[in-house]
Amino acid sequence: MNQLLRFTTAGSVDDGKSTLIGRLLYDSKSIFEDQLEAVEASSAKKGFDYVDLSLLTDGLKSEREQGITIDVAYRYFATPKRKFIIADTPGHIQYTRNMVTGASTANLALILIDARKGLVEQTYRHSFIASLLKIPHVIVCVNKMDLVDYQEEVFEKIVNDYKAFSSKLEIHDIQFVPISALAGDNVVNRSENMDWYQGATLLHMLETVHIESDYNHIDSRFPVQYVVRPQTQSHQDFRGYAGRIAGGIFRAGDEILVLPSGFTSKIKSIHVGAEEVDQAFAPMSVTMTLEDEIDISRGDIIAKPNNHPQSEQDVDVMLCWMNQRAVNLNTKLFVRHTTKEVKGVLKEIQYKLDINSLQRLENVEQLAMNDIARVKIRTAQPLSFDSYRKNRITGSIILVDEGTNETVAAGMIV
Amino acid sequence: MSQYYLSHLKELESEAIFVIREVVAQFEKPALLFSGGKDSIVLAYLSRKAFYPARIPFPLVHIDTGHNFPETMEYRDWLVNELGVKLIVGSVQESIDKGRAKEETGFNASRNALQTVTLLDTIEQYKFDAAMGGARRDEEKARAKERFFSHRDEFGQWDPKNQRPELWNLFNGRKHQGEHFRVFPISNWTEMDVWQYIQAEKIPIPKLYYSHQREVIERDGAILSTSPWLKLKPNEIPSMRTVRFRTCGDMPITGAVESTADTIEKIIEEVASSRKTERGTRADDKRSETAMEDRKKSGYF
Repeated sequence: MNQLLRFTTAGSVDDGKSTLIGRLLYDSKSIFEDQLEAVEASSAKKGFDYVDLSLLTDGLKSEREQGITIDVAYRYFATPKRKFIIADTPGHIQYTRNMVTGASTANLALILIDARKGLVEQTYRHSFIASLLKIPHVIVCVNKMDLVDYQEEVFEKIVNDYKAFSSKLEIHDIQFVPISALAGDNVVNRSENMDWYQGATLLHMLETVHIESDYNHIDSRFPVQYVVRPQTQSHQDFRGYAGRIAGGIFRAGDEILVLPSGFTSKIKSIHVGAEEVDQAFAPMSVTMTLEDEIDISRGDIIAKPNNHPQSEQDVDVMLCWMNQRAVNLNTKLFVRHTTKEVKGVLKEIQYKLDINSLQRLENVEQLAMNDIARVKIRTAQPLSFDSYRKNRITGSIILVDEGTNETVAAGMIV
Repeated sequence: MSQYYLSHLKELESEAIFVIREVVAQFEKPALLFSGGKDSIVLAYLSRKAFYPARIPFPLVHIDTGHNFPETMEYRDWLVNELGVKLIVGSVQESIDKGRAKEETGFNASRNALQTVTLLDTIEQYKFDAAMGGARRDEEKARAKERFFSHRDEFGQWDPKNQRPELWNLFNGRKHQGEHFRVFPISNWTEMDVWQYIQAEKIPIPKLYYSHQREVIERDGAILSTSPWLKLKPNEIPSMRTVRFRTCGDMPITGAVESTADTIEKIIEEVASSRKTERGTRADDKRSETAMEDRKKSGYF
């Protein structure tokens, strides 16, 4: 059974990120002739004497004109073992905002380090965001090994430097691989230039990293998305609660607790379309029926009587501000959490984080684009949430501007 | 715990169902844009799963260029009946008759671009506030930048540089009066995923996708079906060939491929070994490097 792995990459033009993605796509035969022809033609038009594989990922007219990546681009490839979705994010302006977006759904972050340069500011930022967004797995690619004569010492030093730095972060699964994206060493095929490296190739790591436990399968959470009521002759009394399981396992017969009402009941049946299933777990989309007729609507969360999220109106959040207009204390916003929307107010900014030095800046009254800060939000109605550490789905929020309707911030509940 | 994971197809299915349900929950008057192609067919079947045993709570909207393959129309009417769903047709011919759109002339004339006018008029006429479509990010480079929930201003335009960030599965469908959303539930699917899903779910598809005998001509490397709307050049002599279609667009602009694949299994085998993208057979994308982006900005799908 083929699984889906979502990973994110970030970096600037010259660290070889586009070349690496191009290499993965090309060596896994995911680039088609007509795409390659188009890229070759564009490269020639620009006067390049090589095929610029970044043109594959830079989709918009203004991006190709300026030679920069503006936004997150999604790329797809598959091997006989897995299907992959790459969220490719740019490394320059609006960097944090896009990296956070790409990281929010990723199982894995690919961090590129130029073997000649070692750890640079960008490495710290990428790693910090991977840690902040709780991406479960990280692969550090030490790239351009061909330019340092494939020396083991260079690789080992970078590995040690990285380990020393990342011990301060919350990243639990880190692997390292020495590669040359340009020459193809250890990307898809094993390098013949680095006998000293006994580990796996990058693609092998991507194909085998253990992602089965990336979803929470312990704490049962089911945010109700929609109530299905056919009201037809054949299904007169059917009342199903549709949604996507956010955590844990639900089975027919299980006792459940509905939040925020506190009502309890038992699961009568679980359905995926016309098929009835024995159990449901994240990230399945299902429809549930209950033994009792109780009032449940969109935004409610179904959990277990002995294991349920906390319901509160004061929420502590690590916030990433994403809008060009800065935000001040006491600004009112819409808070979106699972399938619920409530009004909220930015009550307190405890500190702002310098993501390069990880220093905390206190006495801050305003947040600008790409700022990351620990804040308190007060909501008009209670939210039933978990910490982001416990569950990435029931622990995340976005903030929406009341006037423009734009998504202005992403938040991880502490 | 290892039994608690999904195959990639089941995960994509679950994601798409989640998005479709979000649309119904967040919008007042959604619709599904149905082209007759395999992607919108899969979308219709996913919609059935999302609300079962209730009926699909939104209509299918078909923008009829008048240049459809007869097989597409036959299939459309069968599907509407099969799913018990309402069908709304927006007619490009009517837009032309009313003077809202102007027919192109010449050998490569197409009604593809005219669809935008009819689509936006239909959205306005029925006051749809969300239009779902089967577009995928792997299809074309401008589509790789699309959101699941794609905001359109009151003129139906897309502003790719000013899109709302989309995080986790928190989709923001808030809008002002007169604006609408385009929503793409199968954004993360590839052509191969669509075919594997059709196979796994045993979804019936139009006969065009299977190998058949057809009268065709070859023009600029594309194999085009003869039809009343294809103006032949003097040197173009139609011949019978064994072909199938990888996409179902308008008859005069959708290229066929030579193929003997007459079952889903053989089609999948062919897709797996193909070295050209499916849109490589579409004349509408070949007009310029940014043909798709330009059309999308003005309101095209």
